[in-house]
Amino acid sequence: MTPVQILFIVVAAMTLGAALMVVSSRNLVHSALWLIVSLFGVAVFFALLQAGFLAVVQVVIYIGAIAILFIFVVMLTRKIAQDSGPRFNENWVWAIVVAVVVFAALVWILMGWQGWSTQLAPLGPAADPLRELGIALVSPNAYVLPFELASVLLLAALIGAVMVAWERK
Amino acid sequence: MIPLSWYLVFSAALFSIGLYGVLARKNAVAILMGIELMLNAVNINLVAFWRYRTPQMIGGQAFAVIVFAVAAAEVAVGLALIISVYRRRDSVAADEIDLMKW
Repeated sequence: MTPVQILFIVVAAMTLGAALMVVSSRNLVHSALWLIVSLFGVAVFFALLQAGFLAVVQVVIYIGAIAILFIFVVMLTRKIAQDSGPRFNENWVWAIVVAVVVFAALVWILMGWQGWSTQLAPLGPAADPLRELGIALVSPNAYVLPFELASVLLLAALIGAVMVAWERK
Repeated sequence: MIPLSWYLVFSAALFSIGLYGVLARKNAVAILMGIELMLNAVNINLVAFWRYRTPQMIGGQAFAVIVFAVAAAEVAVGLALIISVYRRRDSVAADEIDLMKW
């Protein structure tokens, strides 16, 4: 066991435990706070995978914006913070079955794949993923069109969210 | 060193937990949180495949950036819809929002 492996196991256990608390917690504010822990664990994995920009974006956008938005919505709709009745619907046993089957099928299919136990190859000394990502996102030969489409999508979502949530007097 | 399989098992587990939340929870806000967990599992997979299989091509990270944008758009519109439904029907339980059911 190398220190990196121990770190991986600790962070993975923390993230999955927090995710379980997100889906099972009765109080939605607690769910949102556990969601922050889980998202932070994912940010640690991005850092382990040498995707530093994505780790920062994960903290800024997911934790700083999305999780806080969840907390605000729970506060704005006061009655829903505590579920009055049961918090699971009557099909929750089938939901467990489906989730376990999906997990087992994913692992089983991936175990038959020849790239299953690929080891980490160090990046070359000249490699600079951050610079490459920045160039790729604005280069006409790479991903400028999806990038601009994403900005149009965000603008449309912004206008749509305002229109939907508008309280007409 | 960590083999690729660890990341794949981890993200499959995170995806399944999110799927369970989407299928089993009654509250629409909790369902959206489950979707967020599933999107995060997808992002882990994209970045892990980029790092282990094709580190010379940046496509995996670029795709993850697009997933971030889509997740932000989805949660903004979804939460706006939930606030709107709450105003009109005074409830956000997914099985009570049955206006389009017949």
